[in-house]
Amino acid sequence: MSGPMGRPHGGHHKVKDFRGTLRKTMRYMRKDLVVIVLAFVFAIGGVTATLLVPEILGDATDKLMEGAMQKTIYKSVVELGEQFSYESMDADQRKMIDQMVSFNRTLGDLKNYANDATIPMSQELREQILSIPQEMNNTSMRIFYGFDGYETFGEAVAALQLEGIVSKIPAAYQEAIYVMSLRGAPSIDVDAIVSILIKILILVICSAAMSYIQGFLLAGVAQKLSYRMRRDINNKIDALPLRYFDTTTNGEVMSLITNDIDTISMSLNQSLSQVITSVTTIVGVLVMMLRINWLLTIIALCVLPVTMLSAMLIIKRSQRYFIAQQTYLGHVNGYIEEKYNGHNVVKLFNGEEKSLREFAQYNDKLYDSAWNSQFFSGMMHPISRLIGNLCYVVVCVVGGAMTIGTIAVPGGDMTIGGIQAFVTYVRQFNQPIMQVASVANTLQSTIAAAERVFTFLEQPEEIETGTLAPEQVRGDVEFENVRFGYQADKTIIKDFSCSVQSGQRIAIVGPTGAGKTTIVKLLMRFYELNGGSIRIDGTDITQMSRQGLRDHVGMVLQDTWLFGGSIMENIRYGRLDATDEEVVAAAKIACADHFITTLPGGYGFEISSDASNVSQGQKQLLTIARAILADPTILILDEATSSVDTRTEVLIQQAMERLMQGRTSFIIAHRLSTIRNADRILVLNEGDVVEQGKHEELLALDGFYAQLYNAQFENA
Amino acid sequence: MKTKQNVDQKQKLPGVGKYYVRYAWMIAVALSFLTVEAICELQLPEYMANMVSQGIAMSNMKQIWIWGGWMLGVTLIGTVSSICVGYFASKTGAAIARDLRAACFSTVMGYAQDEYNRFEVSSLITRSTNDINQLQIFTIMFIRLIMFTPIMGIGGIVKAARIASDGMSRLTWIIVAALGFIIVVVAILLLVVQPKFMRMQKQIDRVNRVAGEELSGMLVIRAFNTQPYEEKRFDDANRDLTKVSLFTNRMMALMMPIMVLTMNAISLAVVWVASYQAQDITQVSNMMALVQYAMHIVMSFMLISMIFVLLPRAVVSTKRINEILRTPNSIANAEHAVVPSGERVRGDIEFCDVSYNYGGDEPAIQHISFVAPHGKTTALIGSTGSGKSTVIHLIPRLADVTSGSILIDGKDVREYNLIDLRNNIGFVPQKNVLFSGTVASNIEYGLDSLNELTAAQPLEKEQAARIAQAETFIADKSQGYDSEIAQGGTNVSGGQKQRLSIARALCKNAPIYIFDDSFSALDFKTDAALRAAIRDNLSQATVIIVAQRVGTIKNADNIIVLDDGKIVGQGTHKELLQSCEVYRAIARSQMSEEELAV
Repeated sequence: MSGPMGRPHGGHHKVKDFRGTLRKTMRYMRKDLVVIVLAFVFAIGGVTATLLVPEILGDATDKLMEGAMQKTIYKSVVELGEQFSYESMDADQRKMIDQMVSFNRTLGDLKNYANDATIPMSQELREQILSIPQEMNNTSMRIFYGFDGYETFGEAVAALQLEGIVSKIPAAYQEAIYVMSLRGAPSIDVDAIVSILIKILILVICSAAMSYIQGFLLAGVAQKLSYRMRRDINNKIDALPLRYFDTTTNGEVMSLITNDIDTISMSLNQSLSQVITSVTTIVGVLVMMLRINWLLTIIALCVLPVTMLSAMLIIKRSQRYFIAQQTYLGHVNGYIEEKYNGHNVVKLFNGEEKSLREFAQYNDKLYDSAWNSQFFSGMMHPISRLIGNLCYVVVCVVGGAMTIGTIAVPGGDMTIGGIQAFVTYVRQFNQPIMQVASVANTLQSTIAAAERVFTFLEQPEEIETGTLAPEQVRGDVEFENVRFGYQADKTIIKDFSCSVQSGQRIAIVGPTGAGKTTIVKLLMRFYELNGGSIRIDGTDITQMSRQGLRDHVGMVLQDTWLFGGSIMENIRYGRLDATDEEVVAAAKIACADHFITTLPGGYGFEISSDASNVSQGQKQLLTIARAILADPTILILDEATSSVDTRTEVLIQQAMERLMQGRTSFIIAHRLSTIRNADRILVLNEGDVVEQGKHEELLALDGFYAQLYNAQFENA
Repeated sequence: MKTKQNVDQKQKLPGVGKYYVRYAWMIAVALSFLTVEAICELQLPEYMANMVSQGIAMSNMKQIWIWGGWMLGVTLIGTVSSICVGYFASKTGAAIARDLRAACFSTVMGYAQDEYNRFEVSSLITRSTNDINQLQIFTIMFIRLIMFTPIMGIGGIVKAARIASDGMSRLTWIIVAALGFIIVVVAILLLVVQPKFMRMQKQIDRVNRVAGEELSGMLVIRAFNTQPYEEKRFDDANRDLTKVSLFTNRMMALMMPIMVLTMNAISLAVVWVASYQAQDITQVSNMMALVQYAMHIVMSFMLISMIFVLLPRAVVSTKRINEILRTPNSIANAEHAVVPSGERVRGDIEFCDVSYNYGGDEPAIQHISFVAPHGKTTALIGSTGSGKSTVIHLIPRLADVTSGSILIDGKDVREYNLIDLRNNIGFVPQKNVLFSGTVASNIEYGLDSLNELTAAQPLEKEQAARIAQAETFIADKSQGYDSEIAQGGTNVSGGQKQRLSIARALCKNAPIYIFDDSFSALDFKTDAALRAAIRDNLSQATVIIVAQRVGTIKNADNIIVLDDGKIVGQGTHKELLQSCEVYRAIARSQMSEEELAV
């Protein structure tokens, strides 16, 4: 309903008991803990395998680079070789050069050749090689590398001379280099590279498989958990005392099922695996980076606090706008709700223009906070990328400098493949940090959601005290000194006594709020008494099981309840094991058969979930049929206050009359005829029976009933 | 006539699309920044390649600095662009949402009874709030993430092609093949998973519906001991939802590993091909850049998975919002009101053979003809669904007649300016709605518009409250007329609400008063006092009262009995008892034989 990560209400609900809720969540998931641990293992395995890839790939790159380097040198050397004649050399020179033309020779190797008397070589060259100063060691490769990029060998040598390197190379050695150009083209070590690539391929496939298994397992855990939570919440609805719902709205309970479970499941499915992979990645990357180069690692780590800090700042800032957005969203929604509900009034009093003006104000405020919160929470991504890229640039520059030796640190030797690998790691380093920061944020709302769910699940359930479940009852009902209040300090029914014989018809009358429905709810044992007792055939109803009691007490409420399903299913609701024939028979008695058969599909006609495709009167007939099917000994009828069309009205009257036959009936009556036909009338006022008796007797009393009667049925 | 025209226009009414067109330029700006961002992102590997080949490989620190500087430059530009994209995306999304909200609100407020009744109020509210929020999220995500994908994809290919043209043509094919592979994977997922996502939404609705039914039917469920049945009903829905969401989640879990695998496979393939083809360092460093491009391309495709989550919701929301926006208002204001504006009418009302049908097979009311003259009280009685409310709603044109006509002072109500018409009618609706504000602001709710009327002489709020029998309880409140009224008027009782609602109408001091079952929440003493006060104060007005109780209207000058949308009797109480069977039936259920005999 709100922003991308928002909940409708209480999105920024403070968690009361963070640790406790966490513990409860863990306990709730204990069956899945093995799977979760397994998923963790696979996650760590998958990430580790992925992390090894850049380094190994770096090796391949190095091999590739080496070969390419030689090819490059060869290319330049070939150009120069055209100015130099191999033929002009003597045999010894040729042989020596043939032998040393292997591009991986270092100065040490070269000197070994010069010292080896078996290698034919002119004495002059031998001396010249041996006279190359020792500090030239390790530079031969670099000299070769240096060829690249210069038009001619001369240029390259000139450039090297400027740096004071080439000057130390004896001319004969230089000459030797020219000769290399006459060798055949070097090649890249494809075999070595391919074997590295195969290694990587295996790693990569393993990693993908493991990360999929991880995702597969966690999805299972998350969905099963959602399933269980939904089931438990739903079962809890049936197990809670009705008293609980006096203070909790249906919307709040629905929100548990729709929003909170969604939040928890999302969090489990995504955030959990994100945390695991992120943490593994951070640790793994750190290890890999350290292995490549410690100095670069320190540089990369300097970025860490900056990343964290900016993440925190952005989250905090966007949170502020986010809360503002929630508030304004609430205003707008409230305004819309109010004006939509009062649609007619707005029109009738020409308030349309005014309402549009007012709405525009709320709407503009919402717009401001909405785009700001979206903008700031969206900043996270570019900022994290900026930091990542800055890091990337710095690593490239410093790493490059190390490779060419401008920056020299102990153990800081770098290769190009090393830079490539390091850069890849750096890129993988920032994102998980950002992720951990934002997961920490969603964790808060997840725990808040879990807390709401567990609070609901921990509500004390209705306790079953009675065990009796009589097969049959006669239907004598006795209320004795019944005292009751929905809230402990507000007694609604103070002292109610009344004794009803089997088969009697009792009309309950009284002004609104007199406690008429309360008495009925007590008889059904929806609520427990605060004092006194209710007995059926002399047995206290608290000694009966609720099911045993309700098997014999039927109820038809004014507020009809049908569910989305066929008419057959809706009537059968009265007795689930009833056959189709029994259902039809009940419908016939309830005068409902006629209209049902005229509906498309007859008894198979699907009632929509809001039951808007059958009329109010038809709904009443269906609920009466349901009660007839249930065949209770004691019946509670709540007569409709508003009349339906005259024809259906007659049907309902007939159906009710048939329903009441031979049963002890309590009727919350609004209709004069019903009241008159009652064996006894209970007159309620402010929770107490103020008068009881037959219609004429009560009128003769000229008391509260007479007053009520005159007000209701006569002109005031 | 007007109604017909409106119906014809149905196809032409703009829906959600119009608002996207309105902000097309913002989207275009966002997209251009997005392009800059993508280019910057794509330049980075190229500059790195240059740094390697010209700097590192050449041991040239100067070149390293130069290319490092370039990298820094594009990074900064890219970040700024990205922030700009975020800015425009957020603004566009929020602005479209704002405009859609305003459009929905004004459309719904403009609805006549007809259109309004076509939707559930709760559904209208969700459409104007939640659904629009869904679109806002979708819009922002779409611009910021989903649009990025094709731009990166195309850019990546162009870059890759340019590099590869330098002697490594096979590398381009690797990228193209990989891209093709990913598109196929995404397409398959889209085909397989998308319908499941749609189904998941339905299952979620089903679970919510069953749970909602259980909550609302709690008493019945307990009364019939059907908890196990309900548990099973919910469990079926719950299981189906779990099954389909497990499937979609597991399919989606496939996405990431496949993408990563593809990414790695591309790197491997590139290195492999390069090991055969590379001729020099430049090509190898270009190859490194190519690997980076490939990763960018694949990564940007990963964002496409967002579509799976957002699109189904956005589609459903769009449909639902369009239903609001595309429902035309059936009441059009008279373009050239023949009745001079700003004057008070006398108040003689006449129904001439009026029928009204709101789209059903049966008209709600048919062939209604009666006269409600100035200074007289006319009553309507009948059972629920008999059409009483429909009759009176036609007078202030909350709905328009399907045939026949309603005249006020001999002129058709459709010839009046709507504002004028309604200014002349004080209406107390069946549902007593108060708005948040104060007692005073509620009583004087109609005055803003009334003040434009020259001939109006509104009552003081105190006087209106006195007639409506609201004076005492207002005085009892600590802040009197300035007392706060909560949203929906939840902090006053039903009876008080009704009296304030009556006071609000009386304040207009209108020549016509209509009370729609307006005394039901009052105790009989107040009821009597109120009716007496109305008799005394409204003797100069035309009064129409709708009631269910015979007692309420017994003394009316004329009683009209409605049954099933038709007039079945007309006359005084006594006359009707003699002549009208329906009236007698209603009376019999409410009065004693002795009274009926009188």
